[in-house]
Amino acid sequence: MKYFPLVWATLWRKKTRTILTLLSIVIAFLLFGVLETVDYGFSHPSDAVVGADKLITTNKFSITLQLPFSDIQQIRSIPGVAEVTWITWFGGYYQESKNFVFALPIDTETYFNLHKDEFIVSETDMRAFRTTRTGSLVNVALMKKFGWKVGDKVPLHSTIWTQKKDGSLDWVFDIVGSFDAKDPTMASQQSSSILFHYEMFDEGRSFGKGEVGWFEERIADPAQSVAIAARIDALFANSSDETKTQPAKEFTMAFIKQFGDIGFVLRAILGAVFFTLLFLTGNTMMQSVRERIPELAVLKTLGFGDRTVLGLVIAESLLLCMTAAAIGLALSFGALPILKQGLQGVELSPKALLPGVGVAIVLALIVGLPPALRAMRLNIVDALADKR
Amino acid sequence: MPDAIISLTHITKHYRRGKQSIEVLQNLDLDISKGEFVALMGPSGSGKTTLLNLIGGLDTPTAGEITVAGQRLDKLTSGGLARWRARHVGFVFQFYNLMPMLTAQRNVELPLLLTHLSAAQRKEHALAALTLVGIADRAKHKPAELSGGQAQRVAIARALVADPILLVCDEPTGDLDRKSADDVLHLLQLLNRDHGKTIVMVTHDPKAAEFAGRQLHVDKGSLLESGQLVA
Repeated sequence: MKYFPLVWATLWRKKTRTILTLLSIVIAFLLFGVLETVDYGFSHPSDAVVGADKLITTNKFSITLQLPFSDIQQIRSIPGVAEVTWITWFGGYYQESKNFVFALPIDTETYFNLHKDEFIVSETDMRAFRTTRTGSLVNVALMKKFGWKVGDKVPLHSTIWTQKKDGSLDWVFDIVGSFDAKDPTMASQQSSSILFHYEMFDEGRSFGKGEVGWFEERIADPAQSVAIAARIDALFANSSDETKTQPAKEFTMAFIKQFGDIGFVLRAILGAVFFTLLFLTGNTMMQSVRERIPELAVLKTLGFGDRTVLGLVIAESLLLCMTAAAIGLALSFGALPILKQGLQGVELSPKALLPGVGVAIVLALIVGLPPALRAMRLNIVDALADKR
Repeated sequence: MPDAIISLTHITKHYRRGKQSIEVLQNLDLDISKGEFVALMGPSGSGKTTLLNLIGGLDTPTAGEITVAGQRLDKLTSGGLARWRARHVGFVFQFYNLMPMLTAQRNVELPLLLTHLSAAQRKEHALAALTLVGIADRAKHKPAELSGGQAQRVAIARALVADPILLVCDEPTGDLDRKSADDVLHLLQLLNRDHGKTIVMVTHDPKAAEFAGRQLHVDKGSLLESGQLVA
């Protein structure tokens, strides 16, 4: 600690250069914090969002392949399965493809039994939904976003399902009520959701009748999830529609991976940023030490040993990188609420920022070591020759 | 010389410039007593700074023995020389060589960072050294805010603060006007006379050399004292 004032003063010897270098590292670590948080969110869906007591059964070969609805009877017969519901991916948007909506055809009774702890729906709205064949329940955030109100007729465009009556991809629903998330951590996940009747959807579509996208099961004992999943899959082994049953958390991750290896893409971006940063900061450190050769020689003249001088330069690099990393990561922590708004369905955690500390130390050592070694090997007589 | 604090015996120093070897000092002998104030004079390239570097433990000879305060410097490693310098020598340079980003007080504290003194003790010692050289009122000023004479006083305070037995000064007045130079030389004389510091000073200036008790001339790698070749 006694060397801190010396290291700190040396760091600020050229204020403008230090501030610019600091800013570039701050921005790199802000980016690191944001991208790592997003990656962490995609690869660690929380139990609060997906439920530890839920299993998902899909076609073994792809979640885009359908399963026969009739499978439900056999799934229900397995001990430990408390409830089963079925869903199909609608793939809908409102007016323009950028207005993606998470529209799901559901079976009212089983779906709300299975997800009873997740929604707040008034009795009036639920009654209206049950009694209106073309009715839909819309998340309050989505109602607000598009300015919808109960009684509106909303056309949704499906990217998959054509209607039997006219071959159109456009489906019209009557908004009969709204719902909200019980758990605030699920609010972002549900914020673009619309629920409508499976029966109406199944009868109206021109193909796939009697098929479902996947089954969702609630199990009585989450500890039995692996065994029950194996039993479900065993039921359909060697059939024409073999199944893959997995905990909802794994299903969510597999679903996300459909969009590509997000982790790889994010790490590639970070790799490019930090590779550039290595050159930038490394060059700054080298230049800074080169300018201070006479001063370093004076320190050695006063009796500072080779290792002490090495340590001083490394400490300077550490101080620069750690300070900038702390600011950058703090800013990305501050950006979490904004990220949560933009990434619906992804639970973001500050835990993702922890590796940033390690990255900052590695960065400091890589950029600090070459100039530190140069300073350590400095010959006093040669270095002072020009200054005297 | 029985009470010699500095003893150089058969010192030779070569430098390599590419493939060429340049002999700067040749078979040089020198004794300096404790408490002496010695001026080393001579033309540029005569080897006086090389000799000063050897005495101050900044460089090692190609051949010969150097003993300072009972320590054979030619036997020490780089780390051993650094530790020895920290304990026994104070350096004063022509261009002061103060750290521009540190205040005068912090500059003077630098050698004390290598000791076990607390921050408060380091500050106390630094202020005492600045008081001794008559510049305590500029303790909070940075080198750029000081005149040349003031900066050199700070440099002398830094050289003194760890209470070394030897002060090594390389052209300490070379960058100063006459008045400031005389002030600095009087200060060095005071430190030698009243505080018993042994001082070895390289200078081009004959007037500066007059402040020393003994004048040595280095020429072509050999030493002359008052016109006599040193034995």
